[in-house]
Amino acid sequence: MAENTPAGSTTDGAITVGQPVEQPADARVSAAPSYDVADFPVPNGREEEWRFTPLERLRGLHDGTAEATGSLRVEVTAPEAVTVQTVDRTDPRVGKAGKPVDRVVAQAFSAFEKASVISVPKDTVLTEPVRISVHGEGGVAYGHQVVEVGAFAEAVVVLDHTGDTTLAANVEFLVGDGAKLTVVSVQDWADTAVHVAQHTALVGRDASFKSVVVTFGGDVVRLHPRVVYGATGGEADLFGLYFTDRGQHQEHRLFIDHDTPHCRSNVAYKGALQGQDAHAVWIGDVLIRAAAEGTDTYELNRNLVLTDGARVDSVPNLEIETGEIVGAGHASATGRFEDEQLFYLMSRGIRAEDARRLVVRGFFGELVQQIGLPDLEERLMAKIDTELEAAVG
Amino acid sequence: MATLEIHDLRVTVEADNATKEILKGVDLTVKQGETHAIMGPNGSGKSTLAYSLAGHPKYTVTGGTVTLDGEDVLAMTVDERARAGVFLAMQYPVEIPGVSVSNFLRTSATAVRGEAPKLRTWVKEVKEAMEHLHMDPSFAERNVNEGFSGGEKKRHEILQLELLKPSIAILDETDSGLDVDALRIVSEGVNRVRENGEVGTLLITHYTRILRYIKPDFVHVFSAGRIVESGGAELADKLEEEGYESYVKGGAAA
Ligand SMILES: Nc1ncnc2c1ncn2[C@@H]1O[C@H](COP(=O)(O)OP(=O)(O)O)[C@@H](O)[C@H]1O
Ligand SMILES: [Mg+2]
Repeated sequence: MAENTPAGSTTDGAITVGQPVEQPADARVSAAPSYDVADFPVPNGREEEWRFTPLERLRGLHDGTAEATGSLRVEVTAPEAVTVQTVDRTDPRVGKAGKPVDRVVAQAFSAFEKASVISVPKDTVLTEPVRISVHGEGGVAYGHQVVEVGAFAEAVVVLDHTGDTTLAANVEFLVGDGAKLTVVSVQDWADTAVHVAQHTALVGRDASFKSVVVTFGGDVVRLHPRVVYGATGGEADLFGLYFTDRGQHQEHRLFIDHDTPHCRSNVAYKGALQGQDAHAVWIGDVLIRAAAEGTDTYELNRNLVLTDGARVDSVPNLEIETGEIVGAGHASATGRFEDEQLFYLMSRGIRAEDARRLVVRGFFGELVQQIGLPDLEERLMAKIDTELEAAVG
Repeated sequence: MATLEIHDLRVTVEADNATKEILKGVDLTVKQGETHAIMGPNGSGKSTLAYSLAGHPKYTVTGGTVTLDGEDVLAMTVDERARAGVFLAMQYPVEIPGVSVSNFLRTSATAVRGEAPKLRTWVKEVKEAMEHLHMDPSFAERNVNEGFSGGEKKRHEILQLELLKPSIAILDETDSGLDVDALRIVSEGVNRVRENGEVGTLLITHYTRILRYIKPDFVHVFSAGRIVESGGAELADKLEEEGYESYVKGGAAA
């Protein structure tokens, strides 16, 4: 894993400091965010925000031809204190965290029938996680979910995605003042699934939001994890892990909008790739607006390419409109599991498959520990082993 | 008794779209308990010999045989060779980010010994071996070879030698880049392993310096891909005085 960039991958990034930029990170797109799908032109693949995505594999989610004929089984298991409601689009909480940012998630917003709202009352500290299981049973579906955590409440929400589907969805997290919310979203789809979603968190005053995005499955997965701060003192930790196999397209497009003073954000995404035409895309846009004095932010993306034929596009982007910050940085690196490393380990008696496992577990291990959820830790490491075994065959 | 027999070994590498023969018929027998120094100028093929014995995929064996107690080493994969008892201390050890020294050592000891060492005795064993090599315990938590100084890399190689207890140890320029203190510490490590009498050692070096600490039974001069002269320890003294000139074609340095 020398810090070199293998053929067929790009690792470019930019830090812009000083002048307010004419086109902030999030605005280098073909249309402004909107709730209405009609405000977005049908993409042709040359747009900045679509240039990495295989449109032909989106099954019409992007051009209005995908009719919601499919079925999705959603089950929520929650401790007693939590309320689960089904509401329609006029509910004031729906769309509160932010507008959809691309045509597919706007399509989801325009097309969903009912939204579910999961609420944790204020001052309530949950001792058990809320589990939302989303199981695809084929066909096209549009979804909308809101997780609302009241002031000074604390909750862990696990969002599990399994099965086969063509799903476009919005998930909103409304984190009340002083509240703490951890969200784990696992994309463990069947290899045929298509999943495009925006996960937007609105972080309240002195609130903490932790997001863990884990993407293993799917034919195409394209996620927009986004953070906006409603008031000062908010913190966001965004962790991600992906394991991109042969033929899979997994795209994570993060945006953190520091428009409020004295907020903190930390991003760490790591991905392993193996197999022909495995394609991982990571976009990390962080914008520190002029008003956001005292901001502290860092973002990191690392990729480990295990075989030939895989491709990584990693683009960190940090734009800073004020000098009055605590810190801002980014790092992106794509390394290969080199033949020399394999030789070194094997020359110590270690079998090739064990050598690979040692290196991949090592690569993810530090991040998994940083996530700080012991239950999840074991599940993730076990899953990583399974992914590796599938590849060896 | 472990015996490594190399007979008429011929090896090529692919470089610049051409096949280049590096080893041109190497003959050598190393028995358990013996130490053979292989000395030769840069570029003569010493590392190629070491890598070929360990099975590095870049080197193609085009002729000859290598056996360990009659078993065909060339038919074995890299990891099989190591489990059969061949150990190569590399001239340029490789960085393995994300994998700690302690995890690496335990994984390789488990592989080579055929079972996981008992945790309690293992911890003690590693601790003692590290103390002998003047390595700080915090070393075990670092990633393999990542950010190691030249001296630390070589100590880490010899640490593995002590823990894996091979029957054939190939040390490729373990002395290069070491200051006198480090050379002494590393040599003492090699000698501890040799004292057990269970290892046959192939000590590859460019300089005679290390031979003050590690006394060879045999010295072989390597030039242009083969052994051109063999003798006892006194041959090293001759090399010390005269250098390699007389062995290199036309007297020019390679
Ligand atoms: N992997 C390789 N690819 C190309 N050429 C190599 C490779 N390894 C060794 N050689 C060539 O083989 C010759 C011998 O190299 P080496 O075995 O490293 O010699 P020594 O260890 O004695 O200095 C040199 O000319 C070197 O350039
Ligand atoms: Mg060499």
